[in-house]
Amino acid sequence: MLLIRCPYCEEERPELEFRNAGEAHIARSANIAGESDDDFEKFFFIRSNPKGIIYERWRHMHGCARFFNAVRDTISDKFIMTYKAGEPKPVKLPGVAK
Amino acid sequence: MKKYSVFAIAREAMRGHKGWEEQWSSPEPKKDYDVIIVGAGGHGLATAYYLATVHGITNVAVLEKGWLGGGNTGRNTTIIRSNYLYDESAGIYDHALKLWDGLSQELNYNVMYSARGVMMLAHNVHDIQVLKRHVHANRLNGIDNEWLTPEQAKEFCPPLNISKQARYPVMGAALQRRGGTARHDAVAWGYARGASARGVHIIQNCEVTGVKRAANGAVTGVETTRGFIGAKRVGVVAAGHSSVIMNMAGVRMPLESYPLQALVSEPVKPVVPCVVMSNTVHAYISQSDKGELVIGAGTDQYVSYSQTGGLHILQHTLDAICEMFPIFTRMKMLRSWGGIVDVTPDRSPILAKTPVPGLYVNCGWGTGGFKATPGSGHVFAHTIARDDPHPINAPFTIERFRTGRLIDEAAAAAVAH
Repeated sequence: MLLIRCPYCEEERPELEFRNAGEAHIARSANIAGESDDDFEKFFFIRSNPKGIIYERWRHMHGCARFFNAVRDTISDKFIMTYKAGEPKPVKLPGVAK
Repeated sequence: MKKYSVFAIAREAMRGHKGWEEQWSSPEPKKDYDVIIVGAGGHGLATAYYLATVHGITNVAVLEKGWLGGGNTGRNTTIIRSNYLYDESAGIYDHALKLWDGLSQELNYNVMYSARGVMMLAHNVHDIQVLKRHVHANRLNGIDNEWLTPEQAKEFCPPLNISKQARYPVMGAALQRRGGTARHDAVAWGYARGASARGVHIIQNCEVTGVKRAANGAVTGVETTRGFIGAKRVGVVAAGHSSVIMNMAGVRMPLESYPLQALVSEPVKPVVPCVVMSNTVHAYISQSDKGELVIGAGTDQYVSYSQTGGLHILQHTLDAICEMFPIFTRMKMLRSWGGIVDVTPDRSPILAKTPVPGLYVNCGWGTGGFKATPGSGHVFAHTIARDDPHPINAPFTIERFRTGRLIDEAAAAAVAH
């Protein structure tokens, strides 16, 4: 079971309190009805599914209930960091070589 | 290839079992092949086998980063069934089921296919409606599936608890009698032996690290940990790593990879005569011929390549097993493990040509690929050999996620994915 730090509660809590909400930083178009089929496919279905560093959304369902973002290594399942929703995608990751 | 038979056993018994030959050879990779298959699991080896036997293409290499059948082929719960809802799914899964019947004879290798029946339990009104809809849809597609009352379900599987006092009582079941199990390792080994005997090169410990393309975009071969290997046609059958390989060719996939776990108990005398699945409480169980209870759990909720999974997922499944079968509450579990499954948004596989000329992909089987192994290999070999999909796999394109023509078993599957 993962131990996840909620950036709002500022606490590490067991995974059971959280719900994974998929890949992060996928912007929904302001004009979704006007999207081309290609762009809608990219937004809705295509995922990076990386072996390594993933940027993903979590929701602290059974805590503060807020969405936040996390950076995790999908090989070791170790979290690099978590950060609040709306904050920019971190460029420098602590403890991760380029 | 020497045939296995009762005479071969007698002959070898007479001379101290010194005449058994290797089941498949392990040649050095050549500079180039007609076709390269990435991934020596059941689906990849079956593809190579049918390329050789049906299409006469034997200049084929199957590249495997680890050992043959060491991925999801060796990690699944060996369940075989074809009672899917939609016509497209019914087509491909029943094509596979028909090939399972007779596969041991075809391969001259005992894959231990046992049509012991797959029973799916209904625990509420919604389950009853969904499963009955499946029964009717299956009948229209010529696939056997029948409705059982709780008493009939208990008669078919005596250890089942049908008490009305249960938290999720059994209110009925759908039974596919042709469903069952097979020996998963033997499937990989049998196809490997058959393919190798016809000249296919099976190259283990050879990881693909890049896909080479010519100026016009067409595939020219793959970079591997054992050097460059050329081929004008490359079939990617890499399960959980499919999107990793496809990324090397510049194709982004509608896939996410999750850990899926299973576990086995200590071996006991025969007690579960069939496969029992329950979507609602999420558990499935059968008994291997060794006597172990084979139990399948669910996926973790996050993308991972760790080939492990959370303990609470197993616990959740065992809760359900103990409720359905109180007789097992004091059983000891021996081993658990995880495999990485590649899941598509509509929970149906992708077996298709790709936007890259000469590159083909067979992926997205999610949590239920084992049952399809023979059919998947058969139609994928056709797709590669003819550069055109077989009618059975024609609907399973990548483009369906752009056109919207999904095969939406996600909402309709008879079992949790």
